[in-house]
Amino acid sequence: MYKIAVMGDYDSIYGFATLGLDTFPVTEPGEAGKLLKRLAEGQYSVIYVTEKLAGQIEREIAVYAEQMLPAIILIPGTSGNTGKGVERVKKSVEQAVGSDILFSDNE
Amino acid sequence: MASTQVNPTRMELNRLKKKLKTAVKGHKLLKDKRDELMRQFLELVRENMELRLKVEAGIKAANTNFVIAKAGMSEEALHTALMAPKQEVSLSCGSRNVMSVDVPTMQYKTKTADAGDIYSYGFAFTSGDLDDAVRSLADILPDMLELAEKEKACQLMAAEIERTRRRVNALEHITIPETQSSIKYITMKLDENERSTQIRLLKVKDMMLEDAHHYSEHLWDKFEEEA
Repeated sequence: MYKIAVMGDYDSIYGFATLGLDTFPVTEPGEAGKLLKRLAEGQYSVIYVTEKLAGQIEREIAVYAEQMLPAIILIPGTSGNTGKGVERVKKSVEQAVGSDILFSDNE
Repeated sequence: MASTQVNPTRMELNRLKKKLKTAVKGHKLLKDKRDELMRQFLELVRENMELRLKVEAGIKAANTNFVIAKAGMSEEALHTALMAPKQEVSLSCGSRNVMSVDVPTMQYKTKTADAGDIYSYGFAFTSGDLDDAVRSLADILPDMLELAEKEKACQLMAAEIERTRRRVNALEHITIPETQSSIKYITMKLDENERSTQIRLLKVKDMMLEDAHHYSEHLWDKFEEEA
């Protein structure tokens, strides 16, 4: 049985606790990197990370890109949204096709 | 001309011919795999984008609701209300094979039978806005999980497509032409050897006939007689 984790600043994620997801309020990048590693190796198969925090621990997130589990998914927080989540989808199109042919005109 | 050094022997020629056959077959298969992966990927990534935009809009709306809820009650009361969650979500993960790419499939289960059992507080000391906020977040949870599944599948497939594309290109532009030119080189070299052997034999035959019959001396005598 796997569980779902949510990482980010407290204000962005406390609501998810009511749904039964495990929330881990963290803002400091070094700490977040370690926490991510611990969660990924633990029993978490889906880890939601706020865009703001994800921007600071990109390298740690990239480690899990090629693995089937966990899925690390970016979500918008209350502040500091960078549009990174959408950016990542576009990036995977770019990786597969060679250039972004699907969403380049949406901007 | 072969860029790498090859031995112009029949054994090498046979080996290269076999290699070319495998390479051509592999190239065709990999190309098919790439095309099919691409087709499925494009389909999936469109869904992924749609879902992501929906989820992001949902979360943003929920966040606004939470801010409103927070404004209506004290921070302590809010923390206390959300301190002990009643609901718990667990996932069972399997995997699905899409053109040799293992993508995860997820099914979620809530701890209590009623998935709507999300209010971990009594209603007496909290504002109604908080209920709305929690509900709006709960409504997008299924979409969030679907998003996780799809987005991960997209990432894995994108990586696999990139790898396959590189392989196809390497076969198409390097392995196959190089093997073909090596084969051509060996064939030409063998033909050349054969011609040279043929000429040598003709020459030897001439020399042996000369030794036996002394044609050139007769020719010389004839020439002198005529003169």
